[in-house]
Amino acid sequence: MTDAFTPALLARFDVLRDQYPPEMRTSLVLPLLHCVQDANGYVTEADAARIADYIGMPAIQVVEALTWYTMFDREPQGRYVIKVCRNIACSLRGSEDVLAHLQQKLDIGIGETTADGRFTLKTVECLASCGTAPAMQVNRTYHEQLDATKLDQILESLT
Amino acid sequence: MSGPVFMNFPITTTSHSLSEYRARGGYAALAQALREMTPAQVGAQAKASGLQGRGGAGFQTGLKWEFVSKEAPVVYLCCNIDEGEPGTFKDRWILEHSPHQLLEGMLFASYALRVRHAFAYIRGEFDLPLRRLEGALAEARAAGIVGENILGSGFSCDIVVHRGAGAYVCGEESSLINSLEGKKGFPRNKPPFPAVRGLYQRPTVVNNVETLATVPWIMANGAAPYAALGARKTPGTRLFGVSGHVASPGLFEKPTGYPLAQLIYQDAGGVLGGRKLKAVIPGGSSTPILKAAEIEGVTLDQESMGKAGSMVGSGAVIVIAEGTCMVRLLQVLSRFYAHESCGQCTPCREGTDWMNRILERIVAGKGSAADLATLTRLPTGIMGNTVCALGDAASMPVVSFIKKFGDEFAYYVAHGRSLHDGRLAP
Ligand SMILES: Cc1cc2nc3c(=O)[nH]c(=O)nc-3n(C[C@H](O)[C@H](O)[C@H](O)COP(=O)(O)O)c2cc1C
Ligand code: SF4
Ligand code: FES
Repeated sequence: MTDAFTPALLARFDVLRDQYPPEMRTSLVLPLLHCVQDANGYVTEADAARIADYIGMPAIQVVEALTWYTMFDREPQGRYVIKVCRNIACSLRGSEDVLAHLQQKLDIGIGETTADGRFTLKTVECLASCGTAPAMQVNRTYHEQLDATKLDQILESLT
Repeated sequence: MSGPVFMNFPITTTSHSLSEYRARGGYAALAQALREMTPAQVGAQAKASGLQGRGGAGFQTGLKWEFVSKEAPVVYLCCNIDEGEPGTFKDRWILEHSPHQLLEGMLFASYALRVRHAFAYIRGEFDLPLRRLEGALAEARAAGIVGENILGSGFSCDIVVHRGAGAYVCGEESSLINSLEGKKGFPRNKPPFPAVRGLYQRPTVVNNVETLATVPWIMANGAAPYAALGARKTPGTRLFGVSGHVASPGLFEKPTGYPLAQLIYQDAGGVLGGRKLKAVIPGGSSTPILKAAEIEGVTLDQESMGKAGSMVGSGAVIVIAEGTCMVRLLQVLSRFYAHESCGQCTPCREGTDWMNRILERIVAGKGSAADLATLTRLPTGIMGNTVCALGDAASMPVVSFIKKFGDEFAYYVAHGRSLHDGRLAP
């Protein structure tokens, strides 16, 4: 039992549930996984099992969704998760330089977290910012038209 | 401001609001249609406009709606806001700047199809587009435009926002449906098509954001005026996104049939740094690449683009300047498709992975002539042999890059390094 399942969170579950017609119970899988991740930063398999109980479906199906979708994290991440787009439009506008700059500044590789737990560095596919490339996302926030100066400013602002 | 259907108002900090949308005439056509038109008449008007899907496949919207049984007790509508095709950033513009236009379009479609619950499946990464959509929905609910007894008409329809969780394949309509059911996003075998058996086995229409957001204009101005816009066989305007090596990347609303070269050289300011044009991927990352000489005279409509050997796809024009290494660029794409294959069909799962590993090897300077021969052969085993179009999407770039820039691939394999400096950015 994790502390993610506060009464407030369960109340939020109820609000989400009431949006869907009754035959769509299993549609709650992604909304509830998002709910727990937003509250707790990550989702464990035990959380997935509790979500399954709430919905009234086999735990294995929720665990399957948890592991299949790339946005869900199953372990704690850095306070700021930086996701750099490395797809075609961003590559043409310097995403390789963005990644190299961040790796050097943070002194970590892709998929790693800084020792102080402040930053996790990841790559993602096209963020639909191709017209304002290169782009990255820090937690929920989009940052676009990146260059070295802008990157340094962003890093400094994230404490 | 540049186009009649979308970019027809100045963007300010409040131009996305309900009051300003209404001041621009928004929801007036809906109110009138709910009073005066039958669902069948709304459907007929959409069909008569000639509107075709803007999600990539270009299927006729009115016809898709017609496939839905009039007797079905429950019908669902899903708006596809997965916007994942690399190069594409148009649906996001609609959500950020004109979210009510999408809601009005969803309500028109729901009325025509007798939908009680419509879903807005939005990619999980989106931040501002999600907030704008949720904000617009809250405004519309409070104003009696979404929910019970809409605008006093007796028609009721709820719109539910449903967040995806990071999977390109979930933009494929049957994968989107499985995802919305809480499952992994595996595409389904077709037939049956979603319009016959979709979400929870109910008839379901999946339409792109731009498609649905075009409907209010058609209803307000008439089918004939819409059909008169742009190219005759594929009428209307489209939001074309220009990215890559251009001086002013951006989104432009243009009538179909607009010259591709004009879009690149005038609207998007020409090639970055005054370099020469090398190639253009005209309709999103999956569409076959065109060499600079091949875009001459080509217009942005399926007929002209088809003759040139490519597709309009999602309207995403990716521009590549002279000096760019095409081998490394293709590897960016092959890595993406290998990563995004859902793994359900062997030709796609194994083929995309194999193509990517070969390209990785070539880029690392360790590729052989035999590798290149295999890479050339692999797409034939994938195309047409898979459950969804991702297999084809992954194959078309490989086929067209090698066909058009074969000398660069041969050079890379022979010398273990790029014919150019290897950089992708200018
Ligand atoms: C791999 C793959 C990804 C797709 N991604 C999207 C997408 O992000 N958005 C979209 O609208 N259509 C996407 N499509 C097309 C949809 O399957 C479908 O044709 C479209 O949503 C129908 O809407 P329309 O008729 O209004 O164009 C994708 C198709 C495939 C095969
Ligand atoms: S073609 Fe690829 S992505 Fe599509 S269903 Fe088959 S394995 Fe999955
Ligand atoms: S390629 Fe990076 S946002 Fe589209």
